[in-house]
Amino acid sequence: MSTRIWHWINAASVIILFMSGLNISNAHRRLYWGDWGFSPDQAWLVVPRFPGWATIPNYYSLSGARDWHIIFSLVLGFGLLTFLIAALINGHMFRNLFARAREWRLSSITEDIRQHLRLNFEHGDGKYNILQKIAYASVLFVMLPSMIFTGMVMSPGMEAAWPWMTDLFGGRQSARSIHFIMAWGLFGFFIVHIALVVLAGPVRQIRDMITGGKTP
Amino acid sequence: MKRRNFLVAAGASLLAGCSKIGETQWFDTLADTAESWHRGLHRALGGGRITMAPEYSRADISPFFRGNGNRTVDTPAYRAAEAENFANWRLSVSGLVDNPLDLSLSDIRALPQRTQITRHDCVEGWSAIGEWTGPQLSSILDLAGLQSEANFIVFRCADYFMRGQSEDSTRVDYYESCDLDDAAHPQTIIAHQLNGEPLPVLNGAPLRLRLERQLGYKHAKYLTGVEAVASLDDINGGHGGYWEDVAGYQWYAGI
Repeated sequence: MSTRIWHWINAASVIILFMSGLNISNAHRRLYWGDWGFSPDQAWLVVPRFPGWATIPNYYSLSGARDWHIIFSLVLGFGLLTFLIAALINGHMFRNLFARAREWRLSSITEDIRQHLRLNFEHGDGKYNILQKIAYASVLFVMLPSMIFTGMVMSPGMEAAWPWMTDLFGGRQSARSIHFIMAWGLFGFFIVHIALVVLAGPVRQIRDMITGGKTP
Repeated sequence: MKRRNFLVAAGASLLAGCSKIGETQWFDTLADTAESWHRGLHRALGGGRITMAPEYSRADISPFFRGNGNRTVDTPAYRAAEAENFANWRLSVSGLVDNPLDLSLSDIRALPQRTQITRHDCVEGWSAIGEWTGPQLSSILDLAGLQSEANFIVFRCADYFMRGQSEDSTRVDYYESCDLDDAAHPQTIIAHQLNGEPLPVLNGAPLRLRLERQLGYKHAKYLTGVEAVASLDDINGGHGGYWEDVAGYQWYAGI
């Protein structure tokens, strides 16, 4: 139950954060490493301008986009925290998310890749297969937390509270670059995730995402 | 309806919906609430109201300190002041204080000085590191004697922007404000030097605010006055700053 509620709240916040983030990116379309950077010769990447149909709001507004980003950063952060605590207590984390030793065998991973390529998504015991476990765990324990923590590093008030975190990410501009890279990593996960739902039978999948998939 | 058409329609309505919601009163209230939640969290996670922004070494100073927004002030008064190296520039301290002050630059240089190498983060996303020198705002406010009704400090500036079409354009003065926690913060200084030199015109000569736990637009340049007030509601647009009034920027720019 907590997984399903969190899934939809999280989906909404990730989409809003991503699209308002693209609007914020338009304000300064260069990325740097280290603590500082402001001119083209210091940049490692010049980011394309994102059009209005891809951004929230659907016209350029740095303050409007920041309002959306600021609200939903709290939803994402506290949502993830609540989900992780609930998943720890109700056993979802150990029962479904953590891979067993036998699943880490190369043969079982290659077999799972082979089944995915054949578009065969029937898997025996266990809720998720090994590729799902790797993908979900990297989103839950790597990508979303690093989005949250690099976001915190970019906040001057937060940085004054926890200055060590800036050093952890190699400086404020490095954190900004990592935030950008991870956002596109999550975008990639989102596309593959949606594609696999569609391939695996979208009606049943989406029904299960709402009901929990318990057959009467 | 084809699935693709449905997806396009759903996407477009999300965008249109968000833009509509973004213009409503309740969304503004929600955004303000989220902003003060962040401020509360920042202070709580740091274990109190006084947490220090990181300070750097001389080796970390960026080769140039970018100027943004207004890079000079196009008024006869400012041009004249610049021509005489700001020898007669004054900083007024007024409002809810026991002793209003009118400080010259030499008065300001005679106060105890603080030098700090800090990073400036623009709301747009770029950063630069510089060494700033000047008296703490708290020592100036102590001289003036803050009254108990004062809740905010307003910063008055010589620069302005023109709003509207050419015939009916109006001059809107830059200003900013902060709460008493930030005003009393040890790193909140009235800077008159950058990297050991008098403050360049580009960066707000002869005086600018450094409010190190917030974004760049809070660090008012070309400072002419400091004013203690009970409420920000009746000051200019009522949102506590130039960008807050004209473009809806966040008043607490610690995020």
